Amino acid sequence: MLKGKSALVTGASRGIGRAIALELARQGANVAVNYAGSEAKAQAVVEEIEQLGVNAFKIQADVSDESSVKAMVKEVIGQFGSLDILVNNAGITRDNLLMRMKEEEFDQVINTNLKGVFVCTKAVTRQMMKQKSGRIINVASIVGVSGNPGQANYVAAKAGVIGLTKTTAKELASRNILVNAIAPGFISTDMTDELTDEQREGMLAMIPLAKLGTPEDVARVVRFLASEDANYITGQTIHIDGGMVM
Amino acid sequence: MADVFDRVKDIIVDKLDVEESKVTMEASFKDDLEADSLDVVELVMELEDEFDMEIADEEAEKINTVGDAVNYINSLQS
Ligand SMILES: NC(=O)c1ccc[n+]([C@@H]2O[C@H](COP(=O)([O-])OP(=O)(O)OC[C@H]3O[C@@H](n4cnc5c(N)ncnc54)[C@H](OP(=O)(O)O)[C@@H]3O)[C@@H](O)[C@H]2O)c1
Repeated sequence: MLKGKSALVTGASRGIGRAIALELARQGANVAVNYAGSEAKAQAVVEEIEQLGVNAFKIQADVSDESSVKAMVKEVIGQFGSLDILVNNAGITRDNLLMRMKEEEFDQVINTNLKGVFVCTKAVTRQMMKQKSGRIINVASIVGVSGNPGQANYVAAKAGVIGLTKTTAKELASRNILVNAIAPGFISTDMTDELTDEQREGMLAMIPLAKLGTPEDVARVVRFLASEDANYITGQTIHIDGGMVM
Repeated sequence: MADVFDRVKDIIVDKLDVEESKVTMEASFKDDLEADSLDVVELVMELEDEFDMEIADEEAEKINTVGDAVNYINSLQS
C-alpha cells in the first residue's frame, strides 16, 4: 500500500513510534527511525524493519533542535531520494499539579511536544512542496481535547499540536500536502506504565470499551492516514481512545 | 545581468504560469503576477536550487518584485 514511499517517524525507538515505524514498513515504506537517546532500541527497530524487506536506518536528533532536525531531514532525503510521510510522534511527560509545576517542566514539554512538531514540519515542507505531495501525521493526545489534571504542560502542548495541524493543513493544502492529527487515549507503553494502579483504575472506568489501547491500534490509523485511502482528509484530529471522549 | 534575468524569468513563467511579456524587472509577484505568499516562498526555493545558494528568510521576505530577486542574486554572484 505504501510501496516505494519514504517515511520519517520521530521517537520511533519505543512505544507508539516503534509500532508506527513497523506498520509503515509492513506496507512497503522505507523508514527512518529517529530517537533521542535509546540508540540500541532504535537499532533493534531498524533490524526488525529490514527483515520486512524494506530499507531503514536510525538517526539521532532532538526534535526541538532546528539544526539537528534539518541535518536529519537532509540525511533521509539523501538516503531514500524522497520524503513522503512525516510522523511527528516524539513526546515526553513531566506531570505535576499546576501549583507545583516548575517553569522548567513546562518548557521541556512544550519544547519537545509542540515546538518539535513545528520544527520537523517546517524542515520537511520544502521537499514535500517540490514533490507536490506529502503526508504529515501529528501524534497529539485525547487529553489535548479534554484536559487532564496534573498535565497542564502536556495538555497545552497537545492542544497546541491540534491547532498547528489545522493551520498547517490549510497552508499546505494547495500543494497536496495533507496534515492530520491523531489523539490516542490510554495506550499501553512505557509512558503509561508510570501511572499508579489507582490512576489506571480511574482511567479504565472512563473508557466505554473498558480496556487500554495498544500501540498497534494507533499505528493502523496512522497507516490509513498515510495511504491513498485518506486522500480527502486533512486538518482532522482522529480520536483513538476506546470512546473516552466523544 | 541579462543572463540572470533570463534564468529567473524562465522559472517564473514555469512556476506561475504567466506570459513571458508580463515578467519585467518592475513586476511585483503578488500584484502583477498573481502569486500568493506560498507561491513566492516556492519561487525562492526554486531560485535557491537554480543558482545553488541559500537565501535567508529575512532576505527572502524583502523580495517583492522580479527585480528584487535578480538584483539579490547578482549581488551575491559579483
Ligand atoms: N502512551 C499513551 O497512552 C499516549 C497517549 C496519547 C498520546 N501519546 C503520545 O504518543 C507519542 C509516543 O508516546 P509513547 O507512549 O510511545 O512514549 P514513549 O514510549 O515514552 O516513547 C517516546 C519516544 O519519543 C522519543 N523522544 C523523546 N524525546 C525526544 C526528543 N526530544 N527528540 C527525539 N525523540 C524523542 C523517545 O526516544 P528515546 O527512546 O531515545 O528516549 C521515544 O522513542 C507521544 O507524543 C505521546 O505524547 C501517548
